[in-house]
Amino acid sequence: MSSGKGGELIPSSSELDLDRPNIEDYLPSGSSIHEPLGKLRLCDLLDISPTLTEAAGAIVDDSFTQCFKSNPPEPWNWNVYLFPLWCCGVVIRYLILFPVRVIVLTVGWIIFLSCFIPVHLLLKGHDKLQKNMERALVELICSFFVASWTGVINYHGPRPSMRPKQVFVANHTSMIDFIILEQMSSFAVIMQKHPGWVGLLQSTILESVGCIWFNRTEAKDRETVTKKLREHSQGVDNNPLLIFPEGTCVNNQYSVMFKKGAFELGCTICPIAIKYNKIFVDAFWNSRKQSFTMHLLQLMTSWAVVCDVWYLEPQNLRPDETPIEFAERVRDIISVRAGLKKVPWDGYLKYSRPSPKHREQKQQSFAESVLRRLEEN
Amino acid sequence: MGNTSSMLTQYDIEEVQQHCNNAFSQQEIVSLYERFCQLDRNGGGFVSGEEFLSVPEFAVNPLSQRLLRMLDGLNFKEFVAFLSAFSPRATVQQKIEFIFKVYDSDGNGKVTFNDMLDVLHDLTGQFISEQQREQVLTKVLEEAGYNKESLLIMSDFVKILGSSGLKMEVEVPVD
Repeated sequence: MSSGKGGELIPSSSELDLDRPNIEDYLPSGSSIHEPLGKLRLCDLLDISPTLTEAAGAIVDDSFTQCFKSNPPEPWNWNVYLFPLWCCGVVIRYLILFPVRVIVLTVGWIIFLSCFIPVHLLLKGHDKLQKNMERALVELICSFFVASWTGVINYHGPRPSMRPKQVFVANHTSMIDFIILEQMSSFAVIMQKHPGWVGLLQSTILESVGCIWFNRTEAKDRETVTKKLREHSQGVDNNPLLIFPEGTCVNNQYSVMFKKGAFELGCTICPIAIKYNKIFVDAFWNSRKQSFTMHLLQLMTSWAVVCDVWYLEPQNLRPDETPIEFAERVRDIISVRAGLKKVPWDGYLKYSRPSPKHREQKQQSFAESVLRRLEEN
Repeated sequence: MGNTSSMLTQYDIEEVQQHCNNAFSQQEIVSLYERFCQLDRNGGGFVSGEEFLSVPEFAVNPLSQRLLRMLDGLNFKEFVAFLSAFSPRATVQQKIEFIFKVYDSDGNGKVTFNDMLDVLHDLTGQFISEQQREQVLTKVLEEAGYNKESLLIMSDFVKILGSSGLKMEVEVPVD
């Protein structure tokens, strides 16, 4: 299996291998290597305690599962005085705020559709005008969405400019990340194709801003998407690409490893860090627990969605850097800014098993130490 | 998820504590219960092999398949008893018993040459040939006073492993 560090990649079916730097640097592998303590004895072979300890440690607590743990807010309604207050809060949120928000959103959709459909159908010939209008309209509907959750978003840093050969990357907590960013400036985002009404939106409206779809479950999909990405980034009049290199939603306290796809396009990378304030609502979309509709409803019945968005300094690939190192460097920048803990796992491990390469490396080091000690006679 | 500790009553906690011979404190048992519920995604009351393998750190462990055979279908009480060998309060005897159980896959109280060969195979993979493995194992067995046909029992394991400082502890995170 060829490693991903530079050089030609032999397309293998296990794409997980190609995207990761050396994971052994992070995992506690030292303990499973027996210290060369002279001659090999029976107790050395039978003593499997280091390996067992690692396994038990993983069972008791592991950094990967922590990344996808929803953090429910602490219940504070536990005494006689606070409980009625909390009840009032519930009444206000569900019976006053929620209907108002639904109305705002409906009005927004009506305005949007009544402008978008004519523009889309009638301005077919006037490409530039059509594009600009559609972009403005998408920004508008995103603002309506944000208003429907009473979104309080603090943008820091210079607003992104429309330049070719520029790709934006951000950490990923929920699909609303896209809406929050799109509200400020038009992006073409790379997203997983979803079923249901979201998929419908994806194939109609979002197509107009140049969004690209992929399908995690299709193996060949990766090559097609990489090609599309490259084409789009070279184009002059396209919206800048927005990529979430983690590949999956993470709970806004950790960051998983970045896929290197975005970092090999030969473009400038503009990192964006997004941090949600958990006091108001936990914006993490736990796609294993909730559908997107439920997630939106949860947001619309909370007090507010408060978050900070930082547009960070654009980065370029350094001459001595591989794309994977570049990806990790950008991940570092984003994690520091957004206060996220870095874990050495690939987000796609949510959907599939780790590659056998890691187990084989452990086996290899143990085997080598056994053979080495055998020679010490 | 924030309600899980209230689903575990004081009586339950004491029962589990007794079952694992006080290997864990009550707070640790509550933490383990949260962890158990986190792993048991479909809420079936036990953690299936698939659910354990979804923890990547566990899945890359060379002995994961062997441990899965011991872990599959355990309810929470048995889960805690399984982990009790890794508590700092567990005795060396208990730890050696656990290791013995890992080797003794058919549970008849005797570890054969093939059992030991299987575990060695798990640990070394394809990086040592089958022949070399047999050679190495035979050699160290003979040096320790056994041979290929020996059937090792618990007391043999205690003799072999008892003197080497056995370090087998995990810390249960308690918030």
